[in-house]
Parts: sequence; C-alpha cells; structure tokens
Amino acid sequence: MLSNEPITPSQLSLKDLPWLIYWDKEKCQLCGRCVAACPVRAIELGTFRQRIVETPINNKEAHTNLYKIYYGIKQKTDPGHACIGCGLCSKVCPNQAIIPFHNEEPDKLKFHINLGGQPRRRGGRRNVPHTILDRIKFIRISMLTDPALDAGRHEFELRTLLGRVLPPEENLKCYKENGWVPPVREIYPLIIGGMSFGALSPNMWEGLVMGVAYLNEELGMPVRMSTGEGGCPPRLLRSRFLKYIILQIASGYFGWDEIIHAIPEMKEDPCAIEIKYGQGAKPGDGGLLMWYKVNKLIAAIRGVPPGVSLPSPPTHQTKYSIEEAVAKMIQSMYMAWGFRVPVYPKISGTSTALAVLNNLTRNPYAAALAIDGEDGGTGAAYNVSMDHMGHPIASNVRDCYLNLVKLGKQNEIPIIGAGGIGKRGNLAANAAALYMLGASAVQVGKYIMQAAAGCVGSETDRCNICNIGLCPKGITSQDPRIYRRLDPEKVAERVVDVFLTFDTELKKIVAPLGRSTSLPIGMSDALGIDDYHAAERLKIKYVV
Amino acid sequence: MCRLFALTSDVPKSPMLAIEALDVMKEGHDGSGVGLYLTDLGGIFGELKEYPILSGIFTREGMKTLDSYLMPMGFKTKYNHSIKVKKEPPPGIPKRYMYHIRAYEYPEDWEDLSFEEKAHRLMMIRLKLREIGQKDESMIVYSFWPDSILLKEIGDPMEVAEYLDLDNIGLKARIIMAQGRQNTNYAINLYACHPFFIQGVASMTNGENTAFVPIREFLESRGFPGYRGYQSDSEVFTHIFHYMINFLGLPVEFYKHIITPLKDEDIEKHPNSEFLKRLKHSCRRLIIDGPNCVIGCMPDKTVVMVQDRKKLRPGVVGGKKGFFVFSSEICGLDYVLKKELGVNNFEYFQPMYIDTVYVTSDRKEVIKCSQMNPLRLPN
Repeated sequence: MLSNEPITPSQLSLKDLPWLIYWDKEKCQLCGRCVAACPVRAIELGTFRQRIVETPINNKEAHTNLYKIYYGIKQKTDPGHACIGCGLCSKVCPNQAIIPFHNEEPDKLKFHINLGGQPRRRGGRRNVPHTILDRIKFIRISMLTDPALDAGRHEFELRTLLGRVLPPEENLKCYKENGWVPPVREIYPLIIGGMSFGALSPNMWEGLVMGVAYLNEELGMPVRMSTGEGGCPPRLLRSRFLKYIILQIASGYFGWDEIIHAIPEMKEDPCAIEIKYGQGAKPGDGGLLMWYKVNKLIAAIRGVPPGVSLPSPPTHQTKYSIEEAVAKMIQSMYMAWGFRVPVYPKISGTSTALAVLNNLTRNPYAAALAIDGEDGGTGAAYNVSMDHMGHPIASNVRDCYLNLVKLGKQNEIPIIGAGGIGKRGNLAANAAALYMLGASAVQVGKYIMQAAAGCVGSETDRCNICNIGLCPKGITSQDPRIYRRLDPEKVAERVVDVFLTFDTELKKIVAPLGRSTSLPIGMSDALGIDDYHAAERLKIKYVV
Repeated sequence: MCRLFALTSDVPKSPMLAIEALDVMKEGHDGSGVGLYLTDLGGIFGELKEYPILSGIFTREGMKTLDSYLMPMGFKTKYNHSIKVKKEPPPGIPKRYMYHIRAYEYPEDWEDLSFEEKAHRLMMIRLKLREIGQKDESMIVYSFWPDSILLKEIGDPMEVAEYLDLDNIGLKARIIMAQGRQNTNYAINLYACHPFFIQGVASMTNGENTAFVPIREFLESRGFPGYRGYQSDSEVFTHIFHYMINFLGLPVEFYKHIITPLKDEDIEKHPNSEFLKRLKHSCRRLIIDGPNCVIGCMPDKTVVMVQDRKKLRPGVVGGKKGFFVFSSEICGLDYVLKKELGVNNFEYFQPMYIDTVYVTSDRKEVIKCSQMNPLRLPN
C-alpha cells in the first residue's frame, strides 16, 4: 500500500500474522510448487521491482539508477489467507528455499479472524501446549524390599476390561443360577478414540482399521477403535473385523440407518456401543462436519444429501433425563444386539461428571463411562469452545474413581479417560498416570493422527484446518486429490509401531513399580507431582 | 526379608520350636521383631476350644479399661494365661506390663446366638478395644477368637522368646505360625507385624505387596467393618483369604486364582474357564503382583502356602504324616524336621508360580494343586 492510502481496521501486515514465510531468493527456482500446494493460498507469485542505485566513487559523475524486475513468493496478509504454518510449501520445495516460522510477536490475526461476524472455527486441539499429566512422576520404584520387574523378560498382562463387571458375590451367584451377566470385553487399555468416517479421509480410516486388524490378528493385541459419529463403512459392518470396532452413536445419529439395517448381516458383534453425549473439544456442542467434506460417499454412509454442513445437536433430542431416557437408550442399544454388546456413554469432562457417574452406578446396564477432557481434539469446532470450554481430565478421572471407591464399585464401572493424552508426545507416561489415577483405559485421537499419519497440527496453532477438508497430509480431507497423498498401508504400519512402542514403554513404567500381573488401575501410591495443590487435589504425593 | 515358618502337627508343640527355626534362618532377618500365631491349641486351652481368647499387650491402665469394657457386657474369665514379666527386658525389647492371654466365657445372653452373630460381635469388640487402646497406647489387641493366640513383640525372636520364657509357660499348639522381622517399610508398629488375624483366618507374608493401595481400597469398600487397619501392606492377604471364605464361599485352592489369576490364554484352555474368567474379572482389584510368599491358616485348620505369579520368593513344604512344616527357607525346614523326626533326608516341595500347597487338619499329606488343574466348584 502507499503511505497515504487509507487503512481499513482489518488490514494486517506481516508483523501481525502468527506465521511468516521465509523465502530465499537465491535458492528458489520459481517452480511454483509451494504456491500450488499451499492449502490456504497464503502465498502467491510476486512480481517485485528493485531499484539499484550506482554512485561513482569519485563523485564527479552523476549517479545512475538501474531498475529491475524479479519474481518470487509473496505472502498474503489478509485474514482469509493467513499462513497456517503447516509447512507444506517447505515440504514440496525442491531447493529448501521456503519455510514458515512462528512470529515472536503475539499475533493480531485473532482480532480479525471473525470477518463477516462469523467466529473462528477450526479443527485440531486446545491451543495450550502443556498438560499436568506430564508433570506426574512415577515415584514408587521397587528397590531392595521388593525387586523391580524386568520389562523385557517377565510376562505382562496389561489388558483392561470394558463392560459392567459384577461384584464377585453377584457374579458367582449368576454363575450358579445361570443368570445373565453383562458382556465384558478384555481389551488393550489404549483405544483409538472416535474420529468419524467423514472427519477422517477414507485412506486414513482404512489405514487405522488395517493397523487395528493387524495388531489383533497378527500380534494378539486386543486393540479397539471407536468409529466416532459418522457411521461405519458397510463392508466393515459385515466383516469379521467388526469385533475390533466400537460403534459410536451421537446426537446426529449419522450412519445409524445403515448400521441398524446391517445388524442381521453382521458376522460378529461390535466390541461395544459408545453413546456420545459430549466431547472434550467442544463440550456441550454437537458434532460438526462442514460442507466442504460432505461428498457423495460421506453423504451416502451418513444418509444425508451431499454438500451440506452437518451440525449435530448439542444433545440427544429425546434425552431429557438421565434416569429415564438415557437409561432407556442404553437398554435399547443392548437390546439391538441381544444383550451381548457393552453399551456406555461418553461425556465431556465436566464438574458434573460425578452426578452422571453416580447415576450410572445405579443403572445395571451402563458398561463404562468415557470422559473426554478439555484437551480433546476435533475435526471442527468453534475456537472458543476448543480453547476455553471443558474440564481437565486428570482431576475428573480422579474424582470419579475415588467416588467409585467410596461406593465400592471401583471394579465395576470402568472409567475411560481421554483428552490430551500424549499431547506432548509422552503417550505411555500420560496414559500410565491416568491409569494410576483411576482410569481403566484411555482413548487417543490426536496422537494417533500425529504419529500414524504425520498430522502437523500443534498446540501453537499450527495448521489446525481439519474442518475445511484441506488437510495438507490428506488425513482429514475428502478430496481425492489430497487424500491420495496418504498411503493407507503406511498408516497401518505406523499404527502398529505406535502400539508396540506404547506397549514397551508402559512395561518400562510399570515393571520398576513392581507391577506386571494386572494393569495398575488406581495405584495412586506410585504417583507424585511437584505441585502441592495439584498433589492435594489428586490425592497423590507432593514431591520436590 | 521376613522369615516365615509354620508347622502343623498331630501332637501339640511348643512355640519355641518355631522360634528356633526362625533363629536358624536368622541370616535373613534383622531380628527386629517376632509374631506368633497359635491355634488348634493343646494344654489347658485345648480343653477350652469354644471359649474366645483375647490376646494382646496391655498397660496397667489398659487392663483396667479392658475389664471395665468386657465385664459389664457379661464376659467372665474362664482361664488366664497372661504373661507378666518382672525382670528387665534385654536391649531392644520394650518393657510391657502384661502380655494378655485370657479365655472368656461368653455373656449369658449370647448363648442362643448363631456362630455368625457371635463371630461378628467378637470382631467388633476387638476393633473397639483396638480403637480405644490406640488413643492412649494402653492396649494392643491382636485377636479375640476361640482357639487362637497371637503374640507379637519387637526385638530378636530368640531373645523375646527367652525373655518371655516361652518354652516353659505351657503354651502348646498343633498349628504354629511364626514370622521374624518387623515391617520395615513403614514405621515400627505392632499392628504391622505378621501374622495377621481375622475371624479364624491368619496369614503371614514376606515381600512387599506392590498392589497394596487398590487392594486396600477394594477391601475397605466392601462394607465389612473388619477390613481396616492396614498398617502393613501384607494385612490384605489375610483379608483376601477371609473375603474368599466368608463372602465368596470358596475353598482354599481358589485363593491363588484370585490373587494371581491365570493369563487369559491359559484360562481359555482351563476346564473351568467360564468360572475362572468371571472370578478374574470380578476380583481384578485383588490381584497381587508380588514378590510374595504367603502362608495362611484357615478356620478349618488347613495350612496353605502360595507364591506370587513370578515366584520371586522362596518357600518350601515338607514333613510326613502327622507333622508338616512350611518354611520360607530350606534351612528352617531342615532343622525342624531333623529335630522332630530325626532324619536327615526329607522330601520337600517348593511350590512354583501356579501352585498351591496345603495340609488339611487330618495332616495326612501335602496336597499340591496347580492352577491348571480342574477345580471342584462350590455348589
């Protein structure tokens, strides 16, 4: 702009943007790949005018001007095209001539990203990098009075139970009387959390399912995966691999027409049914699949017209009371599969979780309670929901567990913790901390996307455009031109890598604590933290 | 590491025999304490088997409190065998007023009560006395139960035994359990000393119980008032025995299936797989991780030994019809068998990671059962 031009309020400069592009003129060969690949069109071909002033050294002759034109990369500064820092430009550049970097100045974009009165929506995660789970240490190391176990050589059994476990007396009574016992699954305590077919690309989904199938069938690890709210591909519904899948039903009921109709043709029961009442990324808000991603395939599976946004209601419309309507829904889902499949609700982390839990303890059919903490991720949500709504998972799980202990039902209703586990890459340590706080299992989504598919998103607001179908890695896109970048076989390989690594690391945590025969759920004496108030709150040791 | 010794004999034996065994195994314990459990009593107590015996340590004030608590309820002394040592204790052993061992007659209004009701009331009295005694440290109450004596003290086992003159005070029992060494993981506390006892069930253990907290939480939340205390992580082993017998109605060979269940793959192959799977699921919070050797005595006078899943601790059983010994070390077993049976070479058995060994009250043989064996399911 010229210096005398009027400035509009939302006219930003490079200094105002969160991500800046460094471009090296010397290295650039002007191939244009970066411009073509940028998912948000943040860069364009720039024509630059350069003036070179040549001044003679003796000062006797007049100076001359040389005007040159050169071409290069120009970063756009309008809020609609602000760089997201995904780094795809850098990835496609043959000469390493371009790279985005984070602006050290607090960005001003956030004040203008609501043009047209539309608050920012995005995918990804809560933009807060740290987690208290990383501060929890495992302090009860077996030394001399009891020997530490050998993570490499001893046998370990670290499975968990999903389903309503009857108290011993009742279970044995049912055995004698041949009574009905709620179905219980023996599963691996790390579950792939609900990421819908629609939120994820077909290649990503295929890769996850292949990885899960391999883990089960070849490695004997009973890993399970939740579908999220988007139905399930018809072929999978009718395959023997369905037993590795947790079918999720949520307030939009997307895909359930297809599922219900497939029941008579199912060769296997699904692992479980997860009724989603809330999620950590957007507590109290429904699922959202934006129109960009609703193509024909997704529309067909979900039973909706293509090209329309699919906002699920914040709550199930028929649910007005937990005592009656929710109980009925749980029971109906049981009935659909002949009382052979565990059914459990998933809620957002909330200070009212105890009320939910207390109610579920009185519902003999509730198979578990999944709680998704504030750090849970999503394909699409309002920024304000993601960053400011929800409850941290650690204290939520702990409160619920201690409440079950009080009621004597700590072995009966498994608590599944989710939201931000492994957000800094410490998956096994975070998960182990949650087990010892009282979770029977944990669910992870973002970590799987990052580790198994190379998602570049981060808590420093990098990328996080899962909502618009332009995922640079093809993980959350429904555009075949983009998602063909992702090789499902490779995703499957990485899923297997993740679980094998997790398994070894978990053993490396529990073996020195002297545990191997069972998952150390509620082993809070092993935990310490260097924050007095957190220690008091979580009822673990304060250590410095 | 704690040293454990138990014997079960047709002929009542002096507790000194067990103390000598501990002394033989002395290399392994630090002499910081001793605990004795005597049941299936001989001598005069053998004739008073139906009368509850209160065992504990009392100060002078504690005795007054005890009498003023029990007498108004209607308890009358049937036979008193308390130990009051006048001489000064050797260094390391505290001076006590009274080692109380006294059999009581039930109050008259208890006559028509069922055994279960009596059992409950006796336990509640013990807990109440313990609670009262803890306030001013005037009473330490170990047991209040028929045909059961517990004696625990800080100090070297042999020195304690000599100080109390255990060989000559007339105590004899067919089943004796002895443990050497105080709990060293926490502060010295006689309530943390093995063997632990509840309603006719006693057990002692060596090794730390790494799964203590979840197990304690599970037991405490059963709503049974006796599941409390837990000054030692090993007390839960006794309470798991008690829970198994009283709440689940299961015989002794199921204990191992509760504390160290088979792996899922092995359960699938087991003839009682459906039952065991349920037991494993429902009793998941009672799974121990060891390293532990557990020796227990059941109300039916069966003496049992089990190991943790990895068999990280030693444990051996041997003997012949009428006399069997359970010991954490072979030298303890060797000593007692040689002394009692007069032979040098014994057949003995070391239970491994899926074994349970026990000797029933008929003392005919050591019964060995593997977890892979078919089970007699309760009716």
